[in-house]
Amino acid sequence: MSAVTTSLPVRSEDEAFLASPIGKKVVMAVTGAALFLFVIAHMLGNLQIFMGRDKLNAYAELLHHNPGALWTARIGLLICALLHVVTAIQLATLRSKARPVAYIKKGNAGSSYASRTMLMSGPIVLAFLIYHLLHFTFGSAHPDFRNDVYHNVVSGFQRVPVSIAYIVAMVLLGLHLNHGVWSMFQSLGVAHPRYTPALKKFAMAATAVIVAGNVSIPLSVLLGLVK
Amino acid sequence: MEMNLTLHVWRQASASASGKLVAYKIRANEHMSFLEMLDVLNEELTGRGEDPVAFDHDCREGICGSCGFMINGIAHGPLPGTTVCQLHMRHFKNGDELWLEPWRAAAFPVVKDLVVDRGAFDRLISAGGYISVAPGSAPDANAVPVPKKDADLAMDAAQCIGCGACVAACPNASASLFLSAKVSHLGLLPQGQPERLERVRKMVAQANGEMFGSCTNIGECEAVCPKHIRIEFIARLNRDYLKASWLYRKEAASGGE
Repeated sequence: MSAVTTSLPVRSEDEAFLASPIGKKVVMAVTGAALFLFVIAHMLGNLQIFMGRDKLNAYAELLHHNPGALWTARIGLLICALLHVVTAIQLATLRSKARPVAYIKKGNAGSSYASRTMLMSGPIVLAFLIYHLLHFTFGSAHPDFRNDVYHNVVSGFQRVPVSIAYIVAMVLLGLHLNHGVWSMFQSLGVAHPRYTPALKKFAMAATAVIVAGNVSIPLSVLLGLVK
Repeated sequence: MEMNLTLHVWRQASASASGKLVAYKIRANEHMSFLEMLDVLNEELTGRGEDPVAFDHDCREGICGSCGFMINGIAHGPLPGTTVCQLHMRHFKNGDELWLEPWRAAAFPVVKDLVVDRGAFDRLISAGGYISVAPGSAPDANAVPVPKKDADLAMDAAQCIGCGACVAACPNASASLFLSAKVSHLGLLPQGQPERLERVRKMVAQANGEMFGSCTNIGECEAVCPKHIRIEFIARLNRDYLKASWLYRKEAASGGE
């Protein structure tokens, strides 16, 4: 048995914290929480499509009215997303180093499908996010992009494959959040027999609302309820 | 009742050799423990002049933490809250096919067959260091008040036998459950308070040097732990480590930096 490692690289306390898996999980939790709150706000804003063309376009106008606030929010979200992705890559690298030889047979005891597939649902949601920005923000992936948000959404979702891609992406986002929203509390040290079951229910409920709310838009367009 | 089983056992001659699964047919009795069944296999192998299957074991009553390997991909086999030595063959059916593999983690290199080197756990405990106690004769049992709930929680954490099933079951090969048990059982008691924050910093730093993965709150460790250690303790570890990192200051007589 070799001795206690005394020659760990000398680091400042902050570097040591960020280099430790626990510190990295804190980064994942905090950035994840910010992105989760954004997803809720984004959904609430978008649901105004059911209140008609003028209401949705007025909301879009409101967001663009103050470029300073808009870009502050955008840059903040971009930083969160980048930190979330970069840290996830670091954790995934550590994972493959920590188990270089895989099991021939591996069962799963006591774990949820969502928790085991975070490394799959995450990258797919990221790919969707990039497409989504090209589709509705920059318009380069939209065949008929105008300065009319309502038109862009409705004409975008009238294409069946696009709507299906959005719906599938939202289900995967739901899987990711179902584990992630509870997990961020655990990573930050919030766990208690009195609170943990409620936090898990909160994660489930928030996920259900987000998936249902977001899926309702392409679905309503496909069904002709919004046109 | 007699039962006929097929075992696919990981055979690896040494740490540096490459291993493979070898199939064995075995007649077992339902009253045997899993390890007794392997003893019978090893008797047969020895009789045929073959190398017996190496596996770790000591007390065979589920309290020492020596034994453990994967049975059909589940650490310590299908029965919850049990080590393999306390797993009896009545939990299997005649004709079952079982795959036996060693714990797999970079921090737990295979020594031979189903035996792995869990020295990394010893080094984690060593890194935690001492607790300050007054020398001399033992204090009266009621000299240091400990709330009953804290004593119970500390005892829950102290049940950890260091078998390594948590690392083996974790898809990330994380040692968080073990680490959290060791940090918590002292951290919950008054005797563990003076070094509490130093201890968690040192143990987490050591864990980072041992090539364990990170915890992603999946919960497979909790499901296979023979002592039912809960992942609530991992949240406690995270909490203590966060606090220790935020409040850390260098030792200095002037009051620190």
